[in-house]
Amino acid sequence: MVDTKVTLSGIVLDNPVIPASGTFGYGKEFAALYDINCLGTFSFKGTTREARFGNPTPRIAECNAGMINAVGLQNPGVEAVIARELPVMKEFFHKPVMANVSGFSVEDYAYTCALLDKEEQVGWLEVNISCPNVHNGGMSFGVDPRAAAEVTAAVKAVTTKPVYMKLSPNVTDIVSIARACEEAGADGISLINTLLGMRIDLRTKKPVIANKMGGFSGSAILPVALRMVYQVYEAVQIPVIGMGGVSSAEDVIEMMLAGATAVEVGAANLVNPYACRDIIADLPRVMEQYRINNLTEIIGGAHHG
Amino acid sequence: MKQGIYTIGHNRPLTADVWEMTLLGDTTPITAPGQFINIKLEGLFLRRPISVCDWDGEKLTIIYKVVGRGTAQMSRMAPGEKLDVLAGLGNGFDVQKCGEHTLVIGGGVGVPPLYGLAKALLAAGKKVTAVLGFNTAGEIFYENEFKALGVDTVVTTVDGSYGVKGFVTHGLPERYDYYCACGPLPMLKAVYNAAPTSGLLSFEERMGCGFGACMGCSCETKYGNKRICVDGPVLEKEEIIW
Repeated sequence: MVDTKVTLSGIVLDNPVIPASGTFGYGKEFAALYDINCLGTFSFKGTTREARFGNPTPRIAECNAGMINAVGLQNPGVEAVIARELPVMKEFFHKPVMANVSGFSVEDYAYTCALLDKEEQVGWLEVNISCPNVHNGGMSFGVDPRAAAEVTAAVKAVTTKPVYMKLSPNVTDIVSIARACEEAGADGISLINTLLGMRIDLRTKKPVIANKMGGFSGSAILPVALRMVYQVYEAVQIPVIGMGGVSSAEDVIEMMLAGATAVEVGAANLVNPYACRDIIADLPRVMEQYRINNLTEIIGGAHHG
Repeated sequence: MKQGIYTIGHNRPLTADVWEMTLLGDTTPITAPGQFINIKLEGLFLRRPISVCDWDGEKLTIIYKVVGRGTAQMSRMAPGEKLDVLAGLGNGFDVQKCGEHTLVIGGGVGVPPLYGLAKALLAAGKKVTAVLGFNTAGEIFYENEFKALGVDTVVTTVDGSYGVKGFVTHGLPERYDYYCACGPLPMLKAVYNAAPTSGLLSFEERMGCGFGACMGCSCETKYGNKRICVDGPVLEKEEIIW
């Protein structure tokens, strides 16, 4: 019998598989399809201080082995999430959930996190300082170590829950950003968010996405994500949640060998709504195939010896 | 919504670039005309959403226009090949909301879902008139299928090569008490402005998932933000913000 359990800042997960924010809503579309209590946890839709519609459409584009999105953090706002989404979620999901938070100022982040801190259902805060979709937005925090540290410290000051800083890959030195977050008190690092990309329609000769650019995700980005998880694992002492292009149990194990304690699955959920359930079901078989008895023991395995 | 593996029954061209495909498999997820399916294609990342034209106990019929890699790939598929499909997506047309004499208005590949709708309206004892708009005579499909249902059918062509010259708005009859429309955005807007009655309009948008998870296809309405894939694709005339 293999052991798929991992521990994320003191909370034990049955397995390391976590649907990534923005690909799983607040869980209900998937709970209608399967019992989502099989998940390690899930990271709910990026939540901001105020309600947002997001960017104009079209905001989705097909790519080779991936997709671009420029949704732009559509969400009903933190008060509505607490009043409407969390009570509904409690009915079908009985594990601590990861609250994903975005903001447009340090005060926004602190305000939203302070409210979510009071919610018993929330196990961790995942703070997105990397969303490339919003003008004036998260991007500026995620590309500057000082700004990233400032957000980290502001959030840590208003919560006792573990804080995972979700980093942008659109930087020259991911390690310096991760270190700055750790020094400012982050309990963990989530990476990577989407890579800034674009597509152009040959018929209209204009960008496919109304916002021109968007975040590239999907299986194509797995090697980039693995490399960054590997680098950050070596640079920090705090746990790393790895994500980017993961769509199979093999990918989960590869991400853990690079240094991830838990692994998020994003775009794959949009193509196969059962992706996370299937990966979790497949994990024991793949572990046996590679003679892995305990997933915790393989975290960062690619670095040793 | 339900995921299933479907077997291609037939796949044949109706015009130079419009194809009709039947898919054999579980059709129980489809509960209303105007719903769509989302098809996984080898080598492509996102599924391709295609509206359901018709369905029975064994098979569903889709009609698609070859406009890109995905639909080109579909046109090369042979009977017997299998497709991974999410079926029964979207709200579809609510026949109960429709009037005693409902006009179904379709433009180009917006026509197919109206065929299933016309059948459902007739089954509910309502009178149906169809106005089907195309660019030119060579692009017309399903005129005979609508007529075979016993539906009064007006065809319009932009170049006047067949039927009424002009847009679907030039072919609207004088009397009807409700309409259902599906077609390109400029057509929907023209119908919205031209038709005095209440109606239902089916919209298209680039989608990520097709089942409400990614928020990729959202639009603003008078009733709040809606996702075209689950809260639509059919919206009420009264809620639309252009």
